[in-house]
Amino acid sequence: MSFLIHKLYYGDYGESKNGAADISTQQTNKAEWPLWEVFIRSKQGLDHKHVGSLHASDAAMAIENARDVYTRRMEGVSIWVVESKHIHASNPDEAEALYDPANDKAYRHPTFYDLPDEVKYM
Amino acid sequence: MEQDFEKIFQDKVDREIRIEPKDWMPEKYRQTLIRQISQHAHSEIIGMLPEGNWITRAPSLRRKAILLAKVQDEAGHGLYLYSAAETLGITRDQMYEQLHTGKAKYSSIFNYPTLSWADMGVIGWLVDGAAIMNQVPLCRTSFGPYARAMVRVCKEESFHQRQGFEILYVLSKGTEAQRRMAQDAINRWWWPSLMMFGPKDDESPNTIQSMKWKIKRFSNDELRQKFVDVCAEQVKVLGFTLPDKDLKWNEERGHYDFGEINWDEFWQVVQGNGPCNKERLDARKKAWEEGAWVRDAALAYANKKAKQKQAAA
Repeated sequence: MSFLIHKLYYGDYGESKNGAADISTQQTNKAEWPLWEVFIRSKQGLDHKHVGSLHASDAAMAIENARDVYTRRMEGVSIWVVESKHIHASNPDEAEALYDPANDKAYRHPTFYDLPDEVKYM
Repeated sequence: MEQDFEKIFQDKVDREIRIEPKDWMPEKYRQTLIRQISQHAHSEIIGMLPEGNWITRAPSLRRKAILLAKVQDEAGHGLYLYSAAETLGITRDQMYEQLHTGKAKYSSIFNYPTLSWADMGVIGWLVDGAAIMNQVPLCRTSFGPYARAMVRVCKEESFHQRQGFEILYVLSKGTEAQRRMAQDAINRWWWPSLMMFGPKDDESPNTIQSMKWKIKRFSNDELRQKFVDVCAEQVKVLGFTLPDKDLKWNEERGHYDFGEINWDEFWQVVQGNGPCNKERLDARKKAWEEGAWVRDAALAYANKKAKQKQAAA
């Protein structure tokens, strides 16, 4: 994501009283550590679930940092990290076209079918 | 077109559908969130300093371990929040820069000094208590990443408040000197804690729009009143008093009435003239500057390793 934000207001204390600042947030960071997305398996047998992101210089550091940041209370037994730039996502603007075709296929759900009450265990 | 987007956006917010980073959002919504979330993150990070001051002097190993865990949690909370803000298109380094140059604010409370061990108790009880009051409704805020970060923060924060109250409770059963120390700490922190909720509603230009966008759920004054009502009761358990002669139960309103806040002091502290503003920022800047070589070295090492791997492949 790369866009410019020309004006930001800082300080939730009101903008007229020294909370305001004109800040051009042009990308100038040259030495920032890359961003990683963190996925954690909370216990054996469950899926890894996205929990957030963090900065680290490489994968090993990302895993160590993820342990410190996201599992301080035994929230996980396994960690995945993926550099954020490698994540591809569907476009929310296309959500309708992408997911609508499933809407009119109610026969894909078990509740679509009328069976006599005598039938058990189905 | 813009109008349509805005209508769809507001409609989603009204129906309690969370907004996610890639969804269309009004520019002002994005800016408000960046300001609020980064300010919140900065507060967690700066908030480590007043308590860090007492880690080496905690009165027992138990207290030291607790305080360490609490300060580490605050670092974690800052990191959850920074990454939530980053989903809005600002980078971590930009946020640090805004903090270090004084453009971005953090909670005014952390510009007060921690003079005695009892301050650790009062910070947990009052400062974290006020923060929780603010943070619980934020778990339902309209921006998804912020709400998810707040859920995690709130889960961890409740031990912070309880350990603080416990410190004060133990002191309240202690010697006369210990009780005096605790009461003194309450006296110093009570009013700054009330100021944490921000200016009065009619002076808080951000509130109305933020409520419409469901970034905030309650106004500053509503939360402040709730906090006063809770604390006025809890202080009785400790057998201490809150330093406000106007504090009185109002049967008609069903709330405690309380005295006028010194808003001059509040704005002075916000504008950088509090007792510790300079010290806090200097500590942050020093840590950032003196850590530069570590950040550069780690990056250089990662790049070298990546190149070696490429060459071997």
